[in-house]
Amino acid sequence: MSRGKEYMEGFRNGIPIALGYYFVSFTFGIVGSKNGLLWWETVLISMTNLTSAGQFAGVLIIAAQGSYLEMAVSQFVINLRYSLMGISLSQNTDENFGTGSRAVLGFGITDEIFGVAANRKKPVSRIFFLGLMTLPYFGWTLGTLMGAVLGDIMNESLSDAMGLAIYGMFIAIIVPKVKQERHTLLIVLLAVAISCLLYYVPWFSSLSGGYAAVICAVAASLAGAFFFPVKSPEEQEAAA
Amino acid sequence: MKHLFAVYLLIMALVTYLLRAVPFMVFRRKVRNRFFRSFLYYIPYTVLAAMTFPAVLYATKSPVPAALGTATALFLAYRGKGMVLVSLSACAVALLSGFLIP
Repeated sequence: MSRGKEYMEGFRNGIPIALGYYFVSFTFGIVGSKNGLLWWETVLISMTNLTSAGQFAGVLIIAAQGSYLEMAVSQFVINLRYSLMGISLSQNTDENFGTGSRAVLGFGITDEIFGVAANRKKPVSRIFFLGLMTLPYFGWTLGTLMGAVLGDIMNESLSDAMGLAIYGMFIAIIVPKVKQERHTLLIVLLAVAISCLLYYVPWFSSLSGGYAAVICAVAASLAGAFFFPVKSPEEQEAAA
Repeated sequence: MKHLFAVYLLIMALVTYLLRAVPFMVFRRKVRNRFFRSFLYYIPYTVLAAMTFPAVLYATKSPVPAALGTATALFLAYRGKGMVLVSLSACAVALLSGFLIP
């Protein structure tokens, strides 16, 4: 496939992510201005972080004037999942995806961009990945700007309801997969069960959301690897 | 001493970037180990599921609108609808039910 076509394929795949990001980052913009940040400060956070949960947590730490160490630790724990995603994505990249491109494009590994790239049947090229992250980056930045500027005049039930946007995107990635694969469904349900346990059992509930998500994902995925190991692409072709 | 916004911003951006880029740059070879490969296979779905549940139920003040929005998203995603439709329908149902159910 030509580079232009490859880029456009990624670009088109980024359209729904960008729309979703627009609404999610809109709520982030509102949160930023409600916590006393200037509009351009909130926008700068979005432009340099491109992440949902970590940014929301970060703004709360800034508002509370928490320590720099607390900021570093919270970001590390909440965003540790990106490291696992990076390794996972490495399994599905083509041979031209070199170190330099990884250093630059690695910035674009988000839950949704990774979700789409990892689901791709063909190996992910750097051109495709660049196309895929283009619109979501602008959607995330623009949504933050609009939320930071307009958030003050917005109705609270509306901004609350918009908080569901990011979870809707997560659900749209998970459900089609677990519909096809019963073993993935069981492992996802296990992750949810552990997550509820950590959330509702008082002894665990002091764990931050980011830390809890990492524990659930690692525990459930270990169980998945143990009980339902997946075949390599070569083995699947041999069986077909 | 008042903490500086610029330092907070730098810490956030740097920690997040390094977590993303370093493993992506270092782990270049295909993972041959079947256990580790399977583990990585499940990671995206388990992370997203754990971040969604039960947190989504507390996205709105009362859990009822959030639960109805979540049910809508699950139904539409099961029917194979796209990301934007799923996401915005969840928001719309949560908003409307928030007005109807006090």
